Amino acid sequence: MTGMNNAMNPGSGSAQKESGRADQKQSQLQRIADGEWFPPVVDPAINKETAAVSIKNFNLWYGSTQALFDVSMDVPREKVTALIGPSGCGKSTLLRSVNRLNDLIDSVRVKGEMNLYGDSIYARGVDVIELRKRMGMVAQKPNPFPMSIYENVIYPLRIDGIRDRRILDEVCEKSLRGAALWEESKDRLHQSALGLSGGQQQRLCVARAIASEPEILLMDEPCSALDPIATGKIEDLIDQLRGEYTILIVTHNMQQAARVSDYTAFMYLGQMVEYGATPALFKKPRLKETEDYISGRFG
Amino acid sequence: MNTEQKTNRKKSARSWRRQSGGTSIASLGQPMVWLAGGMLALSLVMIIALLLLVVVRGMGTFWPGDIVSFTTVTGETVAGEITRSSSFKPRPELVDNLPEHEQAKARQMLAGNDGISERVLVRTGNYELDNNHFTWVNDFTVADTDYPQWLVVMERLTWGRFYGVPREFHVDGNLVAEGPSATWEQFEQHHRQVRQRWQQRRQLESHDVGKINHAQEQARLELRSAELALQEARNQFGARSDQYRQAQLELDQAESLFAGKDEELNRRYDEIRARIAELNRENDRYQITLETANGQLKVMGLSEVVRAYPANQLNLLDRIGIYLDRWCEFLLDDPREANSEGGVFPAIFGTVVMTLIMVVFVVPFGVLAALYLREYAKAGPLVSIIRIAVNNLAGVPSIVYGVFGLGFFCYLMGGTIDQLFFSEKLPNPTFGTGGILWASLTLALLSLPVVIVATEEALAAVPGSMREGSYASGASKWQTIQRIVLPRAMPGIMTGMILAMARGAGEVAPLMLVGAVKLAPELPVDGIAPFFHLERSFMHLGFHIYDLGFQSQNSEAAIPMVFSTTLLLILIITMLNIGAIWLRNRLRRKFIVSAF
Repeated sequence: MTGMNNAMNPGSGSAQKESGRADQKQSQLQRIADGEWFPPVVDPAINKETAAVSIKNFNLWYGSTQALFDVSMDVPREKVTALIGPSGCGKSTLLRSVNRLNDLIDSVRVKGEMNLYGDSIYARGVDVIELRKRMGMVAQKPNPFPMSIYENVIYPLRIDGIRDRRILDEVCEKSLRGAALWEESKDRLHQSALGLSGGQQQRLCVARAIASEPEILLMDEPCSALDPIATGKIEDLIDQLRGEYTILIVTHNMQQAARVSDYTAFMYLGQMVEYGATPALFKKPRLKETEDYISGRFG
Repeated sequence: MNTEQKTNRKKSARSWRRQSGGTSIASLGQPMVWLAGGMLALSLVMIIALLLLVVVRGMGTFWPGDIVSFTTVTGETVAGEITRSSSFKPRPELVDNLPEHEQAKARQMLAGNDGISERVLVRTGNYELDNNHFTWVNDFTVADTDYPQWLVVMERLTWGRFYGVPREFHVDGNLVAEGPSATWEQFEQHHRQVRQRWQQRRQLESHDVGKINHAQEQARLELRSAELALQEARNQFGARSDQYRQAQLELDQAESLFAGKDEELNRRYDEIRARIAELNRENDRYQITLETANGQLKVMGLSEVVRAYPANQLNLLDRIGIYLDRWCEFLLDDPREANSEGGVFPAIFGTVVMTLIMVVFVVPFGVLAALYLREYAKAGPLVSIIRIAVNNLAGVPSIVYGVFGLGFFCYLMGGTIDQLFFSEKLPNPTFGTGGILWASLTLALLSLPVVIVATEEALAAVPGSMREGSYASGASKWQTIQRIVLPRAMPGIMTGMILAMARGAGEVAPLMLVGAVKLAPELPVDGIAPFFHLERSFMHLGFHIYDLGFQSQNSEAAIPMVFSTTLLLILIITMLNIGAIWLRNRLRRKFIVSAF
């Protein structure tokens, strides 16, 4: 962590200086669009936290198009971290890189380092399947499997070959309670999950993601396909999970980021622009560009 | 200023509208709607017309009609059932050949009808007496039309139908009844028992004798394999070796065993023959004498007659009874008279069993192939070429599959199996000739592209989000396929199976080469171990239709059977499909209900 600290501080300082200059000439965001790279402005408070996932100089290409540029960030343990930024800024790509879901796309190439509690994610010979079992993921659109609610929740255990009915029942109840879905679904556990409403389906996906007690929970715009009431329920759920799970959440919705997250990272065109504690970042961002984006003047 | 601009814009918009003269017809797309709808209607009309033809003619085959008796101007009598009518322009000689005094009348009748005559085709039967099953009767030669009360139809085991008036009934050569009604009464009284005895006899012949034959063949094969072992021992170890002497001993044992078995079996065979002879003797006691419309007498044994009825005395209920009875015979009995009469049960059985075996082979094979193509193979030119090749396989003429099946399955694979496992039966082939297994495999190959294409589409339609959800839960690729992709794609795979079934069950050409035959009363599944005899040749409804329509001696009588058999084939395929669709809908309800 200390090494990181050293690397970041001079960077943030120069970025501030440069942004000061940019006020007169060109904003930093425009210069990013023109292909310049700026080191991210990072709140030193983050460095006091234990990192669950640490990302160092991570680059990613879709074929010949680069989508992530030297991204570095630490995701604090048992905190909610939000990734915000305009469409196409690479926040979903970054999230999907954490559990190597981008491997499914043939043309993807990566460079850089990523660690989960010190275990390298991208090193040669890493068992991707074992790695993914340590993480849970909630996708943009609810994606329940075509099976019963019960089977959906215990799917991660099923693929591990666990057959003990007692364990399965226990995990199912615990996960559904954890996802605030138990009361609604306990009488229909063995009916098809596809009969649930959209919001319930998304909470079911959360239940499935936490069933294997992951070390980190990845959420890729979990509310973008939901109505405000269902969104509220998911946000309450995230609030309940705070302190228990490390959560990395991508969101389009600034208010949501402000409501649910402890830390927020602002990304733009594949670069990390500013990363800091949520209240500070939303009230008094270090960069003017971040303020512009948050207040809706840009993006 | 502002309002002025607005009105200006409105005006200009309106003038633009006026220029184009409103919305054009082309932009509404109305003609295309009509064209598309018209095409659909046209195809529907064609399909419905075809189905109607098959249904109407197929249903009508077994209806017992009246017996007409025509007396012609030359004094002949033609009696029988009218099968169809047509109009034609008679050649002048036809009229010239009539007796002098009738010519004028006939000419007058023809002139009144623009020289066109109506004629009817009468099924006269009585083939052994006049060498004709059917006779055309022209309207201008008919002097008298009559529906005689006592003309009866006799459906017989051989020679086709007989039309005549019952005259005398003999038991043991003694006259017991005379005159139509008394004779008919006697006939009805005895016929049922005689038929029961006949059924008993047939049961003995086919079942019990069949069993003995099978046992005899088995014993012969055991002896033969002992002989082969002896030969083998001599070739390998020489005539002086211990092995040879051992084999010689075994052969002697086998011979004495065979002699014992053979004697026992022959004794049992003689017993059965005696019982059959007794039944025959009992049946031969009853004889009926009939008089044809032309006054010829015919003596007939009662066991010859399958079904008889006085057609012109029947009320509607009787007719319905006979109609249903004939349908039952059609569905449940073996064919007789070169397939033009009797039932098609072996063909129904063969068709269904062959289709099911085909499905059992083609579905796993096609699904696994599609799975590799879609899920594992890296997209590239090779995969594209394979995909094109698979699609083009669907365009290969089916007879080519038949030739391939004969060469590869029957001769190569079957021949090898025979050499390895059935050497004692050689040179008679067991698997080395057409059979239901090879026919099913050939059709499986033929319908493989259908299954592969449908499965690939079904796999491609599984949402990526579901796969990602599974991967994100830590599932491996195979676990994802097995637990998420395949269940979700199952309804689509079932659709492929349904299409393959429809394609395979209706195919005939390749079957002619790989095992479908005219007549195979031995079913591929029966009570003799090992119960499934997949090497046997079989009957198939499609081939049966071809055989009836184009190979039959008595083609006029066979035509209605063609329609009935076609109707049956359509019904069977429909039923198989409905079964599969029902299964698919169950799966679909389970897997693809969505709240969105």
